[in-house]
Amino acid sequence: MADIIKPKDYKSDIKPIWCPGCGDYGVLSSITRAFAFLKLSHEQTAVVSGIGCSSRLPAYLDTYGFHGLHGRALPIAAGLKAARPDLTVIAAGGDGDGYSIGGNHFLHACRRNMDMTYVVMDNSVYGMTKGQPSPTTAPDWPSKLAPHGTGIRPFQPLAIALSSGASFVARGFAGDPANLTRLIVEAINHPGFSFIEVLSPCPTFRPEQKEWKHSVRQWQEEPSDDPVTAASRIHADDGMSTGIVYLSELPAWQPGSQQSMSIEQLGQVFRI
Amino acid sequence: MDNNNTLSIAITGSGGSGALTTGLILLKAMAHAGFYGIMSRSSGPQIRGGESAVMMRFADHEVYSHDDHFQVLLCLDWLKIERFADEIPLHNGSLLLGDTDAGDIPGILTVSGVQSQLLPLKKTAADIKGGRSNMTGLGVLAKLLGLSVDIMQKAIEGILGRKKDPLIIEASLACIEQGMKLLSFSDSPLTADWQITESQRWDISGNEASGLGALQAGVRFVAAYPITPASEILEWLSPNLEKMGGSLLQAEDELASINMIIGASFGGVPSLTATSGPGLSLMMEGLGLAVASETPVVVINVMRGGPSTGIPTKSEQADLNLALFGFHGDAPHIVLAPTHIKDCVFTVHWASCLAEHLQTVAIVMSDQFLGQSRTVVDPPAAITIPCKRITASGITENYQRYELTENGISPMSIPGTPRGMYTADGLEHTPHGTPSSMAQDHLSQMEKRRDKLSNYDFGGQWAEIEGEGDTAIVTWGSISSVVHEAAQRLRHKGITVRVIIIRLLMPLPLQQMKSVQRDIKQSIVIEQNQSGQFYHYLKGLDALQGQSSSFARPGPLLIRPDEVTAFVEQQVKHG
Repeated sequence: MADIIKPKDYKSDIKPIWCPGCGDYGVLSSITRAFAFLKLSHEQTAVVSGIGCSSRLPAYLDTYGFHGLHGRALPIAAGLKAARPDLTVIAAGGDGDGYSIGGNHFLHACRRNMDMTYVVMDNSVYGMTKGQPSPTTAPDWPSKLAPHGTGIRPFQPLAIALSSGASFVARGFAGDPANLTRLIVEAINHPGFSFIEVLSPCPTFRPEQKEWKHSVRQWQEEPSDDPVTAASRIHADDGMSTGIVYLSELPAWQPGSQQSMSIEQLGQVFRI
Repeated sequence: MDNNNTLSIAITGSGGSGALTTGLILLKAMAHAGFYGIMSRSSGPQIRGGESAVMMRFADHEVYSHDDHFQVLLCLDWLKIERFADEIPLHNGSLLLGDTDAGDIPGILTVSGVQSQLLPLKKTAADIKGGRSNMTGLGVLAKLLGLSVDIMQKAIEGILGRKKDPLIIEASLACIEQGMKLLSFSDSPLTADWQITESQRWDISGNEASGLGALQAGVRFVAAYPITPASEILEWLSPNLEKMGGSLLQAEDELASINMIIGASFGGVPSLTATSGPGLSLMMEGLGLAVASETPVVVINVMRGGPSTGIPTKSEQADLNLALFGFHGDAPHIVLAPTHIKDCVFTVHWASCLAEHLQTVAIVMSDQFLGQSRTVVDPPAAITIPCKRITASGITENYQRYELTENGISPMSIPGTPRGMYTADGLEHTPHGTPSSMAQDHLSQMEKRRDKLSNYDFGGQWAEIEGEGDTAIVTWGSISSVVHEAAQRLRHKGITVRVIIIRLLMPLPLQQMKSVQRDIKQSIVIEQNQSGQFYHYLKGLDALQGQSSSFARPGPLLIRPDEVTAFVEQQVKHG
């Protein structure tokens, strides 16, 4: 029996703080299913996050984890992967964390294309601070902070990931764990920076997102390795198509070196 | 260094005149001749080819700081000399060397008693194919210092050899030989009665020394964002980390670099970043995370003039408050400062060991003077401090990352360790690492993070103490060498002083501080910033004995030994 690896083996005994009906439960269970499918070693896996509702996720997993600073999941993940290429590294967080305060890191993590997976649980709202607009919020969504809406067009995560150099670009839906699990498995297997934007409804501050389950669909086309084709699909889409839209074999960056000198030899360069 | 055999020489020139190269060759030549020296530099804001000045001091013993005046100033031309005039004070008896064809000597340099000699530097060089006037000028200085053609050749090959053009070396040597003949100087060389050493010495900058200290201590991952005057640490480390099996990642900004090293250190690899004031400001939130999550990291902060962008190319000791108090919340951490250029090796090495052992943040406060100056010194002593993180192994079950232990240090499980899984957290947490807002968890974890530092015996390296008497001069960082020299001058005048140079700024070992100030009636705190940050810090800790006073002056002009002696004499008289 010990040989059968189950998703729940990857759950820790900490109970999530999430609201009932939160999409993040679906993401958590898809991640544990993917881990079980891949039979990932618990101690060789690290899940890194920032701050926000979804960034609580690492503590709910029985792997190594780092719950860091708001917006800084990707730099922690990059440092960890650079220093420990043997680990499977996954970064996770929300739309405010990844696209607003952490926006610059998002660009450069895509550009570096290190072998890791980044899962963003996007609900177009700051949940932990109770309902402010995020970069992906529609311009006319009224909130306490912006009673007339922000008046600002939303951020386009997939288009930006693609143009910044990510080699795996996908969208998933928290309410479709079977397909989301498949996406996560492929993302982890992909040797490069794998970005999955997950539509993850917030029943508390965005109850209208409960309707997402009626509007999401699968992309009919196979993933493209041509950025122009992928970009036109992304821009032609209403933001509700799921699946991998871009997949390519861009070289992944990983520093690597072997010791070739002793520290005593190193000091000799300073001799007169 | 109780003898006065030192000689201060400055070289200035406009863009492309080669003042910096001339200084580097001269430093190397003096090293080959069996002497010691220091060379600091000053340059204009231009990216390339701006005016520059090198300030050098040679001696027959180790020397780490500048004198009050320069005995010799070689101006390759007079252009923009006003930019440097206040950094190169001349006095009665100084020798000013210039080019016959460069026009009249600017009024700013006609200090009373300065002897000036205009020499045909350019004209002489023009007669030599590929000749340059900085090399004829170098020949003049070589003659003054009694350096032979052979030694100059060796030095030139060492510095210019990288250019691999034999014609350049040939032309330079021809210029030097002609330059040697220009000076109507019949006395014996200025170094005639100096002791020559045969011992092996190093030619190293403070930034290189910092990099070496890090590698010696086992640092194998660096992430950083370029910034003046810290970039040379990174540029030295990048290829050398590789030779040691480590790596360097150039981050998108300092927010990234601090978090990257936290990630790498969480992965078990000793990690470091280097920056300067603006970058340290950006890193503060990340440093708090390292303290709270008990992840060892080292930051070398090479201070420059502040606030804001300030004066990136010049020195000041004004980031102390930031390093000590910049964190939000109560965040116990370590702050250290090298006591001189060569000490960057030791202090960065020690900082890395302390961060690893105590699982916290160690900030090393270097500065532009320490970092960018080169020095010819005896090789640094071998360092035998053990440098090991306490890790968890053989875990059977119920691993507690933040376990409350007697000394506050909890064995850290490194990813890859079976049954050691945990989530590191900047949220307050239970001993397991589970987020908690309970008073009991906050209090016990805060105590743990405080006590692991306050209970630790930092040993005798926390300070360098010398001298007797009932007056103490307390200082830190790059200005320490100046204070050291000032104290010697005071003793020659019959004023006994005890110098206390503090290397471990935080946590300050108060017991030891009290014991080294036994019998002290008066304390004088010297530092290079406007507001007396160190003085107020020491006063706040009630760490000063007897009457206390502060001598604090901002950069960019380095505090000179005479300023220190004048202030101390005045305090002693009135105290």
